Amino acid sequence: MSSGVSESDLNGEIMELQKNLEGYVGFANLPNQVYRKSVKRGFEFTLMVVGESGLGKSTLINSLFLTELYSPEYPGPSHRIKKTVQVEQSKVLVKEGGVHLLLTIVDTPGFGDAVDNSNCWQPVIDYIDSKFEDYLNAESRVNRRQMPDSRVQCCLYFIAPSGHGLKPLDIEFMKRLHEKVNIIPLIAKADTMTPEECQQFKHQIMKEIQEHKIKIYEFPETDDEEEMKMVRRIKDRLPLAVVGSNTIIEVNGKRVRGRQYPWGVAEVENGEHCDFTILRNMLIRTNMQDLKDVTNNVHYENYRSRKLAAVTYNGMDNNKNKGQLTKPETSDSMSPLAQMEEERRDHVSKMKKMEQEMEQVFEMKVKEKLMKLRDSEAELQRRHEQMKKNLELQHRELEEKRRQLEEEKNTWEAQQRILEQQKLDASRTLEKNKKKKIF
Amino acid sequence: MAATDVDVFSNEEKRSLNLGGHVGFDSLPDQLVSKSVTQGFCFNILCVGETGIGKSTLMNTLFNTMFENEEASHYQNAVYLRPRTYDLLESNVHLKLTIVDTVGFGDQINKEDSYKPIVDYIDTQFENYLQEELKIKRSLFNYHDTRIHICLYFIAPTGHSLKSLDLVTMKKLDSKVNIIPIIAKADTISKTELNKFKIKIMSELVSNGVQIYQFPTDDEAVSEINASMNALLPFAVVGSVEEVKVGNKTVRARQYPWGIVQVENEIHCDFVKLREMLIRVNMEDLREQTHARHYELYRRCKLEEMGFKDTDPDSQPFSLQETYEAKRKEFLGDLQRKEEEMRQMFVNKVKETEAELKEKERELHDKFEQLKRMHQEEKRKVEEKRRDLEEEMNGFNRKKVAAETLSLSQPLKKDKDKKN
Repeated sequence: MSSGVSESDLNGEIMELQKNLEGYVGFANLPNQVYRKSVKRGFEFTLMVVGESGLGKSTLINSLFLTELYSPEYPGPSHRIKKTVQVEQSKVLVKEGGVHLLLTIVDTPGFGDAVDNSNCWQPVIDYIDSKFEDYLNAESRVNRRQMPDSRVQCCLYFIAPSGHGLKPLDIEFMKRLHEKVNIIPLIAKADTMTPEECQQFKHQIMKEIQEHKIKIYEFPETDDEEEMKMVRRIKDRLPLAVVGSNTIIEVNGKRVRGRQYPWGVAEVENGEHCDFTILRNMLIRTNMQDLKDVTNNVHYENYRSRKLAAVTYNGMDNNKNKGQLTKPETSDSMSPLAQMEEERRDHVSKMKKMEQEMEQVFEMKVKEKLMKLRDSEAELQRRHEQMKKNLELQHRELEEKRRQLEEEKNTWEAQQRILEQQKLDASRTLEKNKKKKIF
Repeated sequence: MAATDVDVFSNEEKRSLNLGGHVGFDSLPDQLVSKSVTQGFCFNILCVGETGIGKSTLMNTLFNTMFENEEASHYQNAVYLRPRTYDLLESNVHLKLTIVDTVGFGDQINKEDSYKPIVDYIDTQFENYLQEELKIKRSLFNYHDTRIHICLYFIAPTGHSLKSLDLVTMKKLDSKVNIIPIIAKADTISKTELNKFKIKIMSELVSNGVQIYQFPTDDEAVSEINASMNALLPFAVVGSVEEVKVGNKTVRARQYPWGIVQVENEIHCDFVKLREMLIRVNMEDLREQTHARHYELYRRCKLEEMGFKDTDPDSQPFSLQETYEAKRKEFLGDLQRKEEEMRQMFVNKVKETEAELKEKERELHDKFEQLKRMHQEEKRKVEEKRRDLEEEMNGFNRKKVAAETLSLSQPLKKDKDKKN
């Protein structure tokens, strides 16, 4: 029992430290707990079958699941063709070994059967997208409890056994859907080809798939050498050529599913006759969970990130119109909520800055105005002082002048009085003289 | 990890079909298990308890390892949480174990806020997961889940009842994390005291409405054992990493003068039961409950806080895109409005101040006018005075001139007289 312990320091870096786990702790039981819970929960799987009518799709499904999924009461797609391509689903519940499986088969009656098949893939794309949308909405609810998963987890694409190569419709369909769903291309009615013809056909198809860069479902890599060997062997036989049958025939004492021909019986489960067993093992027994995981982790996430990026892109557009800053580089790594949070923070700091600036400008203007007023006041005061001084000066001048005048007046009047006195004296003397003369 | 529930489709037509042979999808659980084993598991334990109550020792005992741990002092100012992550391997199962210790719990004089750092830590882990889940480009399948799956609450072995700190803390935590209360250092309580203690604790928890974790009884495989264990809560545990020889075996035990307390002896303590329930039977259920209940509750509250709500199930189906857009519009409108408000406030302020300044200007102007008038008045007076003076001067000059001419003519007269 190998055991080891590694410890992470405060920075969270994991350092390898070999320690011995003495005794049995018991968390090796975790897988059993997971097993138990998953059986109790039950499983579900959504499988889509696409192909022209008459390629044996219903028969193959019945053979794969060993049950009458398609029957006279529930006819297959080839019997339900309407004017336009439909996408329809049927749900069946099957049980095996205590394991419950809710199987949803989605088929496309009318696909490729019209004269003009342009856009016949569109209903299929729309269906797949609508299932993604349903899941996205359920996942995004505030109150989410049960999340029904009806996403298409695998698409079996039936290629008509023409023997030459892919038809334009095949290429067109696969190119448009390989990034939305796991595509497993199958060569239908493989019992119309000899092994050599089949080999050539497969080779041609794979070449064309690579040429057109179509990404079909890839088997996961494993560390196990044995498993890898098997995986590689299967990869060499892609695309799988299948035969289906609803009838059981006795061959060499054994009861097998097969198709009875005058020249023999083509056995469905015979590895030398066709690749049915490989398909069943791969689809159901080993890779069903992986198909679900790839759908959930790759195809759904692609859809989701494209959908949500569109939302934030629209939001960013609005921002551009308002002249605000945007950060397109980081939008991918942030959730829209985090983005809004960051925008809010940016806005708050911007507002603060704006507020500060406005305050500054305001203060400055007020200061300016006040200073101007003060200056005017000072000026006024100065002028007033000046004028007052001026007037005082004038007053004093006048006073001075008046004083002078008074002085002059006084002096003159004094002079006049003296003159007057002299005159008086003179005239009195004259009078006296006159009087003297007369006598 | 898409949650699926078979019963959801009950409103659609589902046919039950019988299989005509072995199809092989019964390997689905194995496929799922092998996937999760390859990915590895994650488990996060939070240990809440006073300093020195035996948290680290119990972890070492539970996982049979000496996790490096310095002893904590009693003089921490506040409670802080110390997470440590370890990579364990048993058989082929990888377990990324994170043990979070509450350092300083119960040491402060004022313990009112002791629970806060714990609640904050738990919320932060939920928040990190929520942020990852809401990212546009996210990788949930290889996200290191740090959400706490189990909180082991260590109760001091007083033998009487729960401390009020215990009740307050557990009440704050019970809606955020799975709580399993355990009685620590159970080798200090006798059997009878222990039973009374357990009953008292459980009744106190019930009467205070504290929801502790119940081992699930809905799966027949484990319902019996889980039900019986539920009745034995809280587990009374003893931890020890020292080995003592008992008989011819070496066991983990604590050696006292009066005897040896064996950790893995079910008569001595409930350690084995705790290990059984916590690790061997219900680990996966603890992880599920954390994700499906506690995390969902946190997420719901957080989203409602931000203003998201589900539309009526009857009306148009909820579209995430529309909600985000609506939210965003609202949010931008909000920002716009705030900006406008601020601008408006400034405009008003400016108007006010302008009015004030204008008033001041006017006053100054009036003052100026008044002074001007005063000056005019003074000037006029001065002018008057000047005029008066001038008039006087003129009068005086005239007088002078008159007198002069008179005196000029007078001497002539005198001469004339003399001539006569």
